[in-house]
Amino acid sequence: MTAVHARTLVELAASLRAKELSSVELTRLLLARIEAAQPTLNAFISVTAERALAQAAEADRALGSGRAGPLTGLPIIHKDIFCTDGVRTSCGSRMLDNFVAPYSATVVAKLEAAGMVMLGKANMDEFAMGSSNETSWYGPVRNPWDTRLVPGGSSGGSAAAVAARLGPVATATDTGGSIRQPAALCGVTGIKPTYGRVSRYGMIAFASSLDQGGVIAVSAADAALVLRAMAGFDPRDSTSVDRPVPDYVAALEHPQVAGLTIGLLEEFFDKGLDPENAQRVQEALAIYERLGAKIRKVSLPNIRLSVPAYYVVAPAECSSNLARYDGVRFGYRCEKPRDLSDLYCRSRGEGFGAEVKRRIMTGTYVLSAGYYDAYYLKAQKVRQLIAGDFERAFKEVDVIMGPTTPTPAFELGAKTADPVTMYLNDIYTIGANLAGLPALSIPCGFAGGLPVGLQIIGPHFAEERLLAAAHAYQRETDWHRRIPQGYE
Amino acid sequence: MEREQIAAIAHLARLGLGESELSAYQESLTRILAFVGELDRADTTGVTPMAHPLAGLSQPLRADEVTERDERDRYQANAPCVEAGLYLVPKVIE
Repeated sequence: MTAVHARTLVELAASLRAKELSSVELTRLLLARIEAAQPTLNAFISVTAERALAQAAEADRALGSGRAGPLTGLPIIHKDIFCTDGVRTSCGSRMLDNFVAPYSATVVAKLEAAGMVMLGKANMDEFAMGSSNETSWYGPVRNPWDTRLVPGGSSGGSAAAVAARLGPVATATDTGGSIRQPAALCGVTGIKPTYGRVSRYGMIAFASSLDQGGVIAVSAADAALVLRAMAGFDPRDSTSVDRPVPDYVAALEHPQVAGLTIGLLEEFFDKGLDPENAQRVQEALAIYERLGAKIRKVSLPNIRLSVPAYYVVAPAECSSNLARYDGVRFGYRCEKPRDLSDLYCRSRGEGFGAEVKRRIMTGTYVLSAGYYDAYYLKAQKVRQLIAGDFERAFKEVDVIMGPTTPTPAFELGAKTADPVTMYLNDIYTIGANLAGLPALSIPCGFAGGLPVGLQIIGPHFAEERLLAAAHAYQRETDWHRRIPQGYE
Repeated sequence: MEREQIAAIAHLARLGLGESELSAYQESLTRILAFVGELDRADTTGVTPMAHPLAGLSQPLRADEVTERDERDRYQANAPCVEAGLYLVPKVIE
């Protein structure tokens, strides 16, 4: 029998219903694993043990009296970007180190109402700006497959925690790849839904036209279970889409791969792609072919401009969003300000870390008088071209597949010297954000002992199709069930 | 990027930066702007800039009703400095 911590969310749900295990027992077991792993992985910013045990006890009462829903009593970790009522919500920043959220994000509230147990808040790159989890004020997260390596970012804590089985599932957010890239580097499953599918209310803003909440889990079936409860229209988020949420779990019952047309994205198999990563992705495609899918080459001629377009749009929106941190109403305030200007400048200068300041500076520049047309407007036009490329491709294929990242996980410090080198890590993921498309990453093998991710991108609102395709693959393979040494 | 430009941007962004930070950002912003300069190679004649990732969606408006409760005390518990329900900042007018 599979050890409790190694079970998927779907299996844990069955264990709870069969009364083979109580939610309190499960919660205690995971809290002990978190405590043991924290000095090595640093995957958490806060552990909410007391609250978790209280929620678990309540869940056990519900399970005992037949009032339980499909998620009742199942543990979850929230990325520290989601506001949690009464719990410190730091966003990985010194700026919010003392911020106790006075309300919960819609995502958190929905999952709490569904009976899920919050284990704690996951570490992350500061304000979700980073691809290695090295920009966190709370120190880097380490990759459980090899602790000399980064877990990816910005949702590095969420991915590392699920990979090390410190919790079965975690919330995460993706602005340029922050769910898919760490999921790939840590060997777990991560889905970024369509822009507007999940409410952004109470999710601390980075780049509002790109930010989207999602899930990191062990399997696509687990992700479907949680996404079904998270997604949906929220009157408190004017960008959330008023459209019914399909039953993502039901969509997995008979996943149809036969007849699926898969677009193989030529531009992603470029010179920057590690040959072993390329090989694993080709092997995954061969499995899809065996299951009856048709593979066709597709080309997105403007996709190579996605990283430059992103590094105009995202910093521009970040510089506006982060203007709210002024040391007046909440957050960090410098010591003994001389005057109001000194209060603003020093609170922001001391409260933000190096990468966040770099992006605020870039964003302020591209939006400043005389430069707006050359940078921001130009980037939004290029963004339209990229979205058009995808739209044309999806007239010919049902999904697009390719690698999630150019290489497996890299060493801490390897890419911190040059920001552009770090930015290029998201070269395969950013396109989906610019076009608002849903995309997921699933483990598809190993390169030099490190996990490799297969990325699947779909048209707007095709989450069911993506999850079903991922689930079909996971029924044929067991890469997603592999656990790093020391955490088995 | 010139040093004075970097200092001017830092001022616009209200970021207090030290000398070494100004030098570091001078270098990295120059690098980033050269990188995003690649966008110039795209022919965008007649292309409408993207306004929303989901074309054709309008932003819904909610009814103009009071929906929030007064939770000033809770919110002010996060403030660095308050007195008598007011947020305190250094003197602005002499």
